Amino acid sequence: MTRHKKHPAFWKTFGKPTWIALLTAAGLFAALLGDGAWDVLSWIGMGIPAWLSIKGLMVRRRA
Amino acid sequence: MKSQTIRRWSFIHTWSSLICTLFLLMLAITGLPLVFHHEIDHLLGDAPQIREMPADTPRMDLQQLVKAAEAHRPGEVVQYFGWDEDEPNGMYAFMGKTAGGDPNDTHTFMLDSRTGEAVETPSANGGFMMVMLRLHVDMYAGLPGKLLLAFMGLLFVLAIISGVVLYAPFMRRLDFATVRPNKSTRVRWLDLHNLIGVVTLTWAFVVGLTGVLNACADLVIAQWRNDALAAMVAPYQNAPPLTDRAPATRLLDIAKQTVPGTEPSFIAFPGTRFSSEHHYAVFMKGSTHLTSHLLTPVLIDASDLKVTAIVNSPWYLDALLLSQPLHFGDYGGMPMKILWGILDVLTIIVLGSGLYLWWVRRRAAATVNVREAVQAT
Repeated sequence: MTRHKKHPAFWKTFGKPTWIALLTAAGLFAALLGDGAWDVLSWIGMGIPAWLSIKGLMVRRRA
Repeated sequence: MKSQTIRRWSFIHTWSSLICTLFLLMLAITGLPLVFHHEIDHLLGDAPQIREMPADTPRMDLQQLVKAAEAHRPGEVVQYFGWDEDEPNGMYAFMGKTAGGDPNDTHTFMLDSRTGEAVETPSANGGFMMVMLRLHVDMYAGLPGKLLLAFMGLLFVLAIISGVVLYAPFMRRLDFATVRPNKSTRVRWLDLHNLIGVVTLTWAFVVGLTGVLNACADLVIAQWRNDALAAMVAPYQNAPPLTDRAPATRLLDIAKQTVPGTEPSFIAFPGTRFSSEHHYAVFMKGSTHLTSHLLTPVLIDASDLKVTAIVNSPWYLDALLLSQPLHFGDYGGMPMKILWGILDVLTIIVLGSGLYLWWVRRRAAATVNVREAVQAT
């Protein structure tokens, strides 16, 4: 976490996107390894970006 | 980041995206039904219906099935037999005028492995889904079409990378996932473009790159033929043309004995792209989850059924085979397919909003230019 201290601006912007990117990658890979729990991991990995995007699209305009 | 740097990356992002956007939109739109091709086939009644029979009904042997296929399509030859986990009692047959004919002229249908009865699979030979597939794969332009799409895929990857770089200056003062509700339409779509773009990043990157790899499949297969396969069939180079082909009956037993613990994926008959003029090639797949995507070809002499070799699978062929599920999204059940569909639609939104943002910026710039020009006079 030394990098965290060195580049606070970087991690403020890219912290969450990095976690999401890693989770998606893990999910995409997990389902190649097996069924059941592995599949569930992949659904989580892809479900998070899908859910965040849809949440963003749902934001109503306030004039 | 210096404003000069931002301008440079912005230039890269704008042009790499603009050039590939129309192709990517086409790919994303045609890809959507392809993700659900199984379900669509069932819905349209195009899925092969194999008749119900007692579970212990004996199977025909492979040579009998070859005969059944030839009787179904007189004047044509069997190119491939392929197996599908979803239909244990059936098997796909691929036939054409010649063994090495154009894959686009191949006729595909299913054979009942117990009766030899042919069941047509219309969506594999034409119709709506075939149009989607051809547009998606090569735009009806053969290898040049595939390579053009591969290049567009590389531009897409470049657009993603430059987009990530630009994400930093845009988000400097904003919290993650901010969609400003009280600003203009342009700002709203800018926020959404940034949000959806950054969260779908890994998926778009993986599907983009594996798509590029798949678009180069012809080259990869040609390389495998010239490299691994050619070395194995070198002793046959001056052999006379094959006249008496040994029956296919025992091919699977031979292949299973040669590579224990594997399952058949497909058989390439002599003279096809995946075999030689003198060999059957039985492609076996691994029995674990991960290795089930990888293939081990067993080369069997078509005159005496002796095993010539197990053709080694070079890294680039393994890479191609492993990239396929990652492009198709068919390896994690129905929820994965649905998520694949959602992420595909989200990619369409990112592409569309990017186009829109470029357009309003351009118009705004033009307005400013006109105003300046008017003031100057």
